[in-house]
Amino acid sequence: MTRMISYEAKDTFIHRLSGFSKLVFFILWCTASAITYDTRILLAMVIAGGVIFALSKTRWNQVKTVFKAVMFFMILNLLCIYLFAPDQGTKIYGTRTLLTHTGNHYDLTAEQLFYEFNVCIKYFTVIPSIFIFLVTTNPSELAASMNGVGIPYTVAYSVSIALRYIPDVQGDYQRIKNAQQARGIEMSKKASLPDRIKRTASIIFPLLFSTMDRIDVVSNAMELRGFGKKKKRSWYMKRPLKAGDYIVIIISAALVLFTILMNIRNGGRFYNPFN
Amino acid sequence: MAEPIIEFKNFSFKYRAQEEPTVTDINLKIYPGEKILIAGPSGSGKSTLAHCINGLIPGSFTGDITGTLTVAGLNPAEAGVFGMAKKVGTVLQDTDGQFIGLTVAEDLAFALENEALPQKEIFEKVDRAAELVHVENLLKSSPMELSGGQKQRVSLGGVMVDNVDILLFDEPLANLDPATGKRTIELIDEILHQNNVTVVIIEHRLEDVLWRDVDRIVVVGDGKIVADEAPDQLLCSNVLEEQGIREPLYISAIRHAGCTISPEDRPQHIASMNIEPYKSAVQRWFSAVPPKQKKPRTDTVLTVNDLSFSYDGSRDVLTDVSFSIEKGEMVSIVGKNGAGKSTLASLICGFYTPTRGTILLNGKDISPFSVRERGESIGFVMQSPNQMISKPMLMEEVGLGLTVRGVPEEEVRTRVKKTLKICGLYPYRNWPVGALSFGQKKRVSIASILVMEPEILILDEPTAGQDFRHYTEIMEFLKELNRTLGLTILMITHDMHLMLEYTDRALVLCDGVLMADTAPAAVLTDENVAEKAFLKKTSLYDLAKKCDIDDTEEFTDRFIEYERTLRQKEKGIE
Repeated sequence: MTRMISYEAKDTFIHRLSGFSKLVFFILWCTASAITYDTRILLAMVIAGGVIFALSKTRWNQVKTVFKAVMFFMILNLLCIYLFAPDQGTKIYGTRTLLTHTGNHYDLTAEQLFYEFNVCIKYFTVIPSIFIFLVTTNPSELAASMNGVGIPYTVAYSVSIALRYIPDVQGDYQRIKNAQQARGIEMSKKASLPDRIKRTASIIFPLLFSTMDRIDVVSNAMELRGFGKKKKRSWYMKRPLKAGDYIVIIISAALVLFTILMNIRNGGRFYNPFN
Repeated sequence: MAEPIIEFKNFSFKYRAQEEPTVTDINLKIYPGEKILIAGPSGSGKSTLAHCINGLIPGSFTGDITGTLTVAGLNPAEAGVFGMAKKVGTVLQDTDGQFIGLTVAEDLAFALENEALPQKEIFEKVDRAAELVHVENLLKSSPMELSGGQKQRVSLGGVMVDNVDILLFDEPLANLDPATGKRTIELIDEILHQNNVTVVIIEHRLEDVLWRDVDRIVVVGDGKIVADEAPDQLLCSNVLEEQGIREPLYISAIRHAGCTISPEDRPQHIASMNIEPYKSAVQRWFSAVPPKQKKPRTDTVLTVNDLSFSYDGSRDVLTDVSFSIEKGEMVSIVGKNGAGKSTLASLICGFYTPTRGTILLNGKDISPFSVRERGESIGFVMQSPNQMISKPMLMEEVGLGLTVRGVPEEEVRTRVKKTLKICGLYPYRNWPVGALSFGQKKRVSIASILVMEPEILILDEPTAGQDFRHYTEIMEFLKELNRTLGLTILMITHDMHLMLEYTDRALVLCDGVLMADTAPAAVLTDENVAEKAFLKKTSLYDLAKKCDIDDTEEFTDRFIEYERTLRQKEKGIE
């Protein structure tokens, strides 16, 4: 069983950054990408994102599965835009340069193509930043970072404890599935799909009950050790911010500011090459 | 004398959902620096007492309290769980469940983080606690990389960071192999002597706890305190037997020899006990008891040849394991946590495919058979019934394996009824499974396998977490199945008593290698094997030695045989 998007300890300058600054970078980077359709900025971000991704020495295997899933949704998204709003490009850029001439509603325009190209590269600006954040941030630091940007510590810790228990629950699932299979509840492809769905119940219920037992024990154990007593909480794994962290935070903030300024200068979110 | 640090006065508690109080009229004083063992069968209310001390009652489990309880100057009902946590450190039995952090260091730091202490202070305290429980080299390890004993150390360290006054252990030995349990008891003792704390241990594995001195043993039975005495005194009375708590084996043996033990001979530890007054009686008894009868040989039902398995292709979890099982045998598979016991069972059931080697059932290679097909001849019962039960009604649950195999409804009903009768569950046939007790649920999970009439039954830790009474109940039930149905039974276990008393043979695994395949008594009287497999030499061995009986294995065997006949006689009277 391979774990998707799992943290791997490596020694790069990105790994050495505090989880907090990586989270801030991730949020600001995505904000910048969200508020602009300026192709020049987006392309610059794609290139920069690619370079940072390469610097993080992330192996393709770590992110492959998720990357493919994102690609699938991106293509679906692009097709849907064309299907439901084939004139979106014209509405935005104000011109209509026909590339096909069937006289049909669905005639392809250069403006539509350019708009969808922008949507597409937006995906490519965001993808590397998600991967970098998840793959280079130690899960232990995740909760501390989330709490650092203002998320309540109870919520932040829930995420961390879920991470802690995923392998255990996976193990339980496997064991229960095996035992039920030995009782004759066929879960392999030999059984028909409706049967398999019905029989899933014979795994889900025991899994649910044993997981509830677990939750019960854990929440008691947490309470016994004072979790939730105070409004604030400190973190063993929180890393102090260093010069590199401040630089990253300043650069990300500058990027957002620059994007906003460009929006004002362009008189809108879009860069228009058709005028 | 100093003021008691824990004091129950005419204390009673009734859970909201229950009619009757779970504990009544508790009067108990525990003084600072004492080490107290609270023993009692499950359902006796001993865990309820623990929950009262750490404030989980009435904080998390509500109900009615009468009388008073003072713990370190506080009233737990007013101070609440958080208030008590500063004074009482609780170590639970489920070491897995209470491991909260993603790494050892974070887990140790957990309580300190909740106090919002500055990070620098947390670092210092974590380092100190790690040293105290000897896990300083494991700070960066994740819980999955730790053994059961190491996890237990971390749990202990996690409560020690807080400078608590009272350490409360709720069945600390339940999931540990015997040798690790022994070390845990040593560690508790070490901490008690180094840090001015009061220790309360709740446990029914009495002999294991007594590996190190305790000041008093409090016996709880049916919600009341039935004894509160020094171990030397208590071991000379009949209280333990009456309450269904297993007394140390050497004590039982001396009693069987017809002796009355006197407190002056310090029976708390076999090593330091004065054995002289009993020596000749024990020797006489040994020669009088008939030797164990060898079972006649029967046909081989299961053969395992050079079985090897590896999860990742490089490191073997099992290496060239070979053995055979005869029809109608009861065999235990023992070894420390992670020795490969569960893997072996999984290979036999077909959950994994071996890297090398073969498994034969009645002389036929079963490698082509699927998990389901094997399931018809080899039944597998998981450790917790909650991991198996998936239907709300008893009849439905037990019949599930037949129903999914397309057996006609009428036949399912008759076979389920027959099985329920065998398992003593027939009176409950129309009950929802949820209304049954844990022990009954365990029977349900066994019944749901038996209904398919397998030739071999494999059980994973059939008695884990059970007290002596329930343990005896489950094991006698299995023995009965073995005798009447001729069922072959394989058991994965940590429990040395189980192995000794109920199995004909033990397969000892150590780091994936089959280290011994011999009589249980031989395993537990061979120091070499016992140590390597993380088992513990039985105290019967020490008793025999002290009584100048050289054949310690035979002594152990005769003792077990004698107890077995005794139990059968008792049953006959009933």
